[in-house]
Amino acid sequence: MAMVNIKINGQPHEVEAGTSILKAAKAFQVNIPTLCYHPDLEPWAACGLCVVKVENSPKMVRACATEVVDGQNYITHDPEIMEIRKTVVELIQSNHPNECLTCARNGSCEFQDISADFCIREAPYCEMLKDLPKDESTPSIVLDPRKCINCGRCVQVCQQLQDVWALEFIDRGYGTVMQPAAGALLNESPCIKCGQCSAHCPVGAIYEKDETEELLAAIRDESKHVAIQVAPAVRVAIGEAFGLEPGVLLTGKIYAALRMLGADAVFDTNFAADLTIMEEGTELVHRLTSKDGGPLPQITSCCPAWTDFMEKYYPDMIPHFSTAKSPMMMQGAVTKTYYAEKAEIDPKDIYSVAIMPCTAKKYEIGRDDNMHASGYNDMDLVITTRELARLIKRAGIDFLNLKDEEADNPIGVYSGAGTIFGVTGGVMEAALRTAYKLVTDEELGDVNIQAVRGMDGVRSGEVPVGDTNLRVAVAHGMANVRQLMDEVREARDTGKEPPYHFIEVMACKGGCIGGGGQPYNTDEEVRQKRAAGIYNDDEKSTVRCSYQNPSIIKIYDDYLGEPLSARSHELLHTRYHARPLYQK
Amino acid sequence: MAKMTLETLRKLREEQKEVIERRDSGDKSIHIIVGMGTCGIAAGAKEALNVFLGEAYTRKMDNVVVKQTGCMGLCYAEPTVEVKMEGMPDTLYGNVDAAVARKIVNLHLLGGKLVNDHVFDYPARDINKE
Amino acid sequence: MAIKNYCLVCGGSGCAAGKADDIYHGLLTAADACGIGNDVQIVKTGCFGLCEKGPIVKVLPEEAFYVEVKPEDAETIVNEHLLKGRIVDSLLYREKGADKTDLSEIKFYQKQMRLVLRNCGVIDPEEINEYIARQGYAALEKVLFELTPEEVLEELKVSGLRGRGGAGFPTWLKWKFTADVDSAEKFIVCNADEGDPGAYMDRSTLEGDPHSILEAMTIAAKTVGADHGVIYIRAEYPLAIKRLEIALKQAREFGLLGDDILGSGFSFDIEIRLGAGAFVCGEETALLASTEGNRGMPIPKPPFPAVKGLFDKPTVINNVETYANIPLIIIKGGAWFNAIGTEKSPGTKVFALTGKIENSGLVEVPMGTTLREIIFDVGGGIRDGKEFKAVQTGGPSGGVITKDYLDTPIDFDHLTAIGSMMGSGGMIVMDEDDCIVDITKFYMEFCVDESCGKCAPCRIGTKRMHQILDKITTGKATLEDLQKLKDIGLATQKASLCGLGQTAANPVLSTMKYFEEEYLEHIRDGKCRAGKCKDLVSYTIDAEKCIGCTVCARKCPVPCISGERKMPHVIDQDQCIKCGACFDVCKFGAVIVA
Repeated sequence: MAMVNIKINGQPHEVEAGTSILKAAKAFQVNIPTLCYHPDLEPWAACGLCVVKVENSPKMVRACATEVVDGQNYITHDPEIMEIRKTVVELIQSNHPNECLTCARNGSCEFQDISADFCIREAPYCEMLKDLPKDESTPSIVLDPRKCINCGRCVQVCQQLQDVWALEFIDRGYGTVMQPAAGALLNESPCIKCGQCSAHCPVGAIYEKDETEELLAAIRDESKHVAIQVAPAVRVAIGEAFGLEPGVLLTGKIYAALRMLGADAVFDTNFAADLTIMEEGTELVHRLTSKDGGPLPQITSCCPAWTDFMEKYYPDMIPHFSTAKSPMMMQGAVTKTYYAEKAEIDPKDIYSVAIMPCTAKKYEIGRDDNMHASGYNDMDLVITTRELARLIKRAGIDFLNLKDEEADNPIGVYSGAGTIFGVTGGVMEAALRTAYKLVTDEELGDVNIQAVRGMDGVRSGEVPVGDTNLRVAVAHGMANVRQLMDEVREARDTGKEPPYHFIEVMACKGGCIGGGGQPYNTDEEVRQKRAAGIYNDDEKSTVRCSYQNPSIIKIYDDYLGEPLSARSHELLHTRYHARPLYQK
Repeated sequence: MAKMTLETLRKLREEQKEVIERRDSGDKSIHIIVGMGTCGIAAGAKEALNVFLGEAYTRKMDNVVVKQTGCMGLCYAEPTVEVKMEGMPDTLYGNVDAAVARKIVNLHLLGGKLVNDHVFDYPARDINKE
Repeated sequence: MAIKNYCLVCGGSGCAAGKADDIYHGLLTAADACGIGNDVQIVKTGCFGLCEKGPIVKVLPEEAFYVEVKPEDAETIVNEHLLKGRIVDSLLYREKGADKTDLSEIKFYQKQMRLVLRNCGVIDPEEINEYIARQGYAALEKVLFELTPEEVLEELKVSGLRGRGGAGFPTWLKWKFTADVDSAEKFIVCNADEGDPGAYMDRSTLEGDPHSILEAMTIAAKTVGADHGVIYIRAEYPLAIKRLEIALKQAREFGLLGDDILGSGFSFDIEIRLGAGAFVCGEETALLASTEGNRGMPIPKPPFPAVKGLFDKPTVINNVETYANIPLIIIKGGAWFNAIGTEKSPGTKVFALTGKIENSGLVEVPMGTTLREIIFDVGGGIRDGKEFKAVQTGGPSGGVITKDYLDTPIDFDHLTAIGSMMGSGGMIVMDEDDCIVDITKFYMEFCVDESCGKCAPCRIGTKRMHQILDKITTGKATLEDLQKLKDIGLATQKASLCGLGQTAANPVLSTMKYFEEEYLEHIRDGKCRAGKCKDLVSYTIDAEKCIGCTVCARKCPVPCISGERKMPHVIDQDQCIKCGACFDVCKFGAVIVA
């Protein structure tokens, strides 16, 4: 790597060529303020706060978007620069509602933090706000354009990271707003509800639809039996909201907290992840071995944002989709059937809640009639990691000092294969562990399938399963999917051998650990640490494969029969439909 | 039009240059000014004008510009033509019919001699001056 | 057959608006009607520059320069001038205060040096043969067959040509950056998104001499190794687009564009992209984004387009006027060009001269000509004998220049030194009747409208500055607002992403510097000395002078003037809308503005 010699405020440093001034300064303990730059995104250079001086040049440059040049001295802070930044902060403030106390981002707002640093005690300019309504059309995300500071992150996320193009800059100049094209509401747009916009928004302009009040109401209702499940990715991220490093495993404390909040039963979505593997793995084996098993490759369908994307952008791929529901929906279905039967509770009294790293899950519970397989709403409510963290604080729970507890039976025990659903490549790895057994009837020697792990946007490889080398591919971040889908499509249309047997897709970068409902300030480093936490959970599990999970064995023996049985189909499988990009 | 080569482009430019330069009067050294008042036209100034234009064109006299003007005041001697060129005095000719016009081209313009019997004086020049 | 007369009818947009087209057809019809259709040639040319006096018809060889010609004059020109040789005296151009009609003596043209506009008003822009006749495509010949790319770059370097779009970056260097990049695909882009208010240099060049741009772009392509060109032009230039389309078609037919140009083996073609007229799309990165079909918003530089431009490929992007200079430099040599103008800014510059000036129009002068020469000699001075107040150069990005600086020689560096800028060549002259705050507000309003909305300092800063200027002009500002105006101005200048925002505050900062007293008058005394800020003026009638003629009362649109005949009249201040009609009609100076 080529290195260049630069100076930051006169101090000599050696940095990698191609580094931005912002990153270089940060590496040497100098923080340059910014509101629009996010490490997940290309610098957009909108906010104007990161301007710095280059010695001997009359112009100021944006530190986020300017690469260091050998020999230059960058002045990052001097009275003039700080004065200019202050004026810019004042200008943005004048255009932003002074509603911090009632804002969704109160306490976690990047603009609030920066404003605090600049000590602006009196607003020099009269408030001048956009008179725009909130968009609460989706069950997942709220758009509040009044609070938008036009940093452009959401548009970049939606277009570059996710390739969805639901959000766009509309109008020009002072009237510029971020919203779907042609004045459509978000639920009429191609939006897949992944919530990455809300996870990247520096202020309270885009946020998850908070449904903690609904949960509290259900808990208050004596007639309701509140059953709460927890998704894998939540347990390695929620600690961040309480000041812990990312990746710290807090499964037992979450169970305890949920009980303190008033849950009547605490389950783990990981149990249903194992169930999903049984169904989906068997489905894969069918496709591999039988002509009427369905076309190859099989594509995973446990990510609701991805299935929504596929229904809109790749409806011709529907036959490739595993018909298995997502773990959350399977858990919901068995909660109101199998569990209700076992616990002798009338399913109509069960209120089924999921704690998810995801905003799209809020949409998934009502996506179509198949979500009522139990005869009731299989799922009643979805709460994101961020919402749960706030709720725990509101309930006065000293979260970090709780004693670890266990989940409730019979749908709370999980294998290591279930937990790795939370990270990109995990579903694939979990499925392969079981598929190996199904195909070869042998135990897999090393269950750590390194070929599908990692954080590259698209990964592919061959995994020997019996006589065949299974060609597999993994993609995460919607923008990385197109390449794989186009390969599959081309092979299909030209009558060639499919390039893959099995493909896993997760809408969010890093998989669910990087989900749109996870704590703020997620970047590559954070995702790596959360992923490490998930693999740690897998490692320390005594059972590493879904088919070995005793609770799984029991549910098939007692209730479902076998994978892909009639009852499984009724409760655990679904269908997909082509949907228009714009519904207006 | 077929696509051109370097040669055809150069040839075309030479041809077109002549055409467009005829428009340009700025650098031309010989000025022939034909009186085209009603009296002049009635007396045949148009024929004289055509002779000058035609001769200049066919003989490729690039430095000749043929201008028109109104009545020059010598109505008794129409058509009248004024010739200005370097090395010769400004001369006003009267009674210029086609034949005389040809003579002016041959003698005055090419030969450097005045066509004596058609030279007239400028009327009231001393008054017109100011 | 020999042609007796040539009528050159201006075919520029300005004259077209004055029905030049009707004049053109009128001349044709009238000439045919009296049987001289074959003796005269009637040509529609590009702009003559003296747009104030358009439509213009020039008749050769008599060099009769007819101005403000109306369609009905066509018959007169034919019957009198073409048929009888009688120059139509009433239509001839007369310079103010003189009776000069001889073209060579017109001051408007005397100090001009028309290089860029060399063919405007001379040739028929829709006829490639006429361009070829005037050395057209000779430079391309040289570049294709005689010069190496290095030699072309060297010639440009010697010429010292700097980009005419505003910033004045050395053209040869731009080309060299692109030439030096190893890429299978490169682009040549022509920026014809002229957007300064009142500026139309590029439009006129494209309307009057489109082939010169095509030739220059082809030269650039050969030099840097590009095979595709794009002209980005605003859709509201229909005539320029039409002429370009004709020129492209002709050039392709002649083999001067397309595959294997002139048998040289070099291939290049050009397409036209229409812009929707956003000012910011004149900024090169926004222009390229728009050309790609994206929203026209600037992106940070570097990387510069020369290295990573259109579709991320190396791209030479120059504006129209820069390209128009290229063929001349190739034909006559860099040294010839370098001798014109000033040492650091060689060559000429075209300006669109507008405002309170006698000869509004398009002028081209050597760099180094002083503002005084342009305004008072070429421009004929201030209209109606009023007092010169200031001149704004560089459009909404520039600053004002006061009379103390009239003798500043115009070039890139001098204009920047006095707080303005060259810009693309807009030049707006103001007189004593213009209120400096009001004008500054006008420019700021333009910037507010044209800000793309991407970056906060520009998007909000321009809006805020406009608000404060509005407060000042309506008498609601305090002295504190002046400081705020300055603060925002500096922040917008330093923290904006692109040239639009970085320069949007220039009018504010420069007028505050040179006309501080006028700002203070507005705020402190509630007065607008020019009488432009309606909220700050009042109209009253001097009872001593009023003779009670009733004219003002009859002209008042409200009406709010009352009074008996032959008795002094009175204006009802509560009703008065300050339209100024009474002031204009009073012959006795009895209406007082204060």
